[in-house]
Amino acid sequence: MIKFVPQIINLLATIILLLSFAMISQRRIVTLINLFMIQGAALVAASFLLGYVTNQPDLYVSGALTLLLKVIFIPWMLHRVIRKLNVRWDVETLFNIPTTMLVGIALVILAFSLAAPVSRLSETLAGGSLGIALACILLSFMMMITRSKAVPQVVGFLSMENGLIFAATAVTNGMPMIVEFGVALDVLVGVLILGVFMFQIREKFDNLDIHNLETLKDDRS
Amino acid sequence: MSALGVFSQLLALVCALLLAPLLTGWVNQCRHWLQNKSAPGVLQPYRMLHKLFNKESVMAEHASPLYRFAPYLVFSCMLLACAIIPTLSTDLPLSPAADAIALVGLFALARVFISLAAMDVGTAFGTLGARREMLVGFLAEPALLMVLFCASMITGSTSLTAIVETLAHRDLAIYPSMLLAGVAFTMVSLAENARVPVDNPDTHLELTMIHEAMILEYSARHLALMEWAASLKLFAYSCAGLALFFPWGVAEANSPLALLLALPVLVFKLAIGGAVLAAVETASAKMRVFRVPEFLGTAFLMAVIGLLVNVLLGVG
Repeated sequence: MIKFVPQIINLLATIILLLSFAMISQRRIVTLINLFMIQGAALVAASFLLGYVTNQPDLYVSGALTLLLKVIFIPWMLHRVIRKLNVRWDVETLFNIPTTMLVGIALVILAFSLAAPVSRLSETLAGGSLGIALACILLSFMMMITRSKAVPQVVGFLSMENGLIFAATAVTNGMPMIVEFGVALDVLVGVLILGVFMFQIREKFDNLDIHNLETLKDDRS
Repeated sequence: MSALGVFSQLLALVCALLLAPLLTGWVNQCRHWLQNKSAPGVLQPYRMLHKLFNKESVMAEHASPLYRFAPYLVFSCMLLACAIIPTLSTDLPLSPAADAIALVGLFALARVFISLAAMDVGTAFGTLGARREMLVGFLAEPALLMVLFCASMITGSTSLTAIVETLAHRDLAIYPSMLLAGVAFTMVSLAENARVPVDNPDTHLELTMIHEAMILEYSARHLALMEWAASLKLFAYSCAGLALFFPWGVAEANSPLALLLALPVLVFKLAIGGAVLAAVETASAKMRVFRVPEFLGTAFLMAVIGLLVNVLLGVG
């Protein structure tokens, strides 16, 4: 069992990377949220597994927190938001997916080459997957940059947070509990505020395209 | 070259010839079940082949010898491909002659000739099909190569038999790169075998068809050979996928007993694989032709990331 653990962690890391790529090329908002949910589930599995093997109850708490927030609550809330905003079947026109993918692969190479010296120093079980976690973070960054609608940007932000937590879990076997709670609270509050923002943007412009925000002007000037 | 080796090679060939139409029939059967239609029966492809072989062949007036010759060439390419993929045993006398790269080359050769034959008669549909086939092919081939390289990197050899031997008999290990390669391989084989997201295998005379458009002008025994070659291609791809990702149960050299056991195992694996293929086809919608490069580009990138993950995690 113990022999397979690093391999399973690496496998979960690869699944998370795969889902990041799937999210980049996904046009439908509903599918995007579901992909994000699966990514969260893979993260939870990795946390629990690492916690079990390294005997750290902290990781169980962190995993449970992720499960509650990122697999259950936030997807439910996002589903509710897109239903209320009536953008459930929105299809976003993305500019040139193959180009985005090529940039994505360049990011993966960059992340892997950056992480290789660091993970050689790491003595944890899953130090090798730091590169994959870093790649996920960069890919989510790119997703936030390339998307023009508000909901996919929020999903990109949350997915980046998934990558960060995974990087922390993989390299250091989990952050201190207080940091975990702080991050979780941040994400929760962030999503709630962004949810309110989405309603406001919608109210003002009738759609969720954030390019509209560029034309905002103060009335008094 | 031992007698048993020759025997297992012959057995693999006969198996491929006989099982290929059955696999096609089984996939169709499953798909009909899933779509709540009454199925034509698993043996329908055999009946089709029998009917076609007994008919008189009609040729277009301006057909060149190439048009006449192409079905035989395509058929033998696919048969050879089935012969070098370790389906039942890794003790194949033909396999040192051709490795994974040659396998991709064989598929490419068949593709070139089927496209040339389609353009030969000069009908609009044939030319259209040939162009689309090339559009699919030029992206599917590198992706397939990358998938095979992914497996080669783990096992240190491009020979298919060596890959299967190493994967099946070393200690059980989970390779994350094979997950990416598996996804890429599934996408490539859907595209290469004219399956639903890319092409619809059971439409005739539809503007979006690819494979059917190319063989539209063929009749009787030539059409039968083309259909049989398509079945063999599906069989070859399924067996290659099983050999790379589920290599357990393939017999080694000098073990006649394992060879006996390998056949039911193969049939079992193919039955499950066919059902999964039917489920994938039912669940997905046909995409626009211009989305296909995007689809296959994704497959290519998946396979490349698989290679990169191999490098990162230091496998091999």
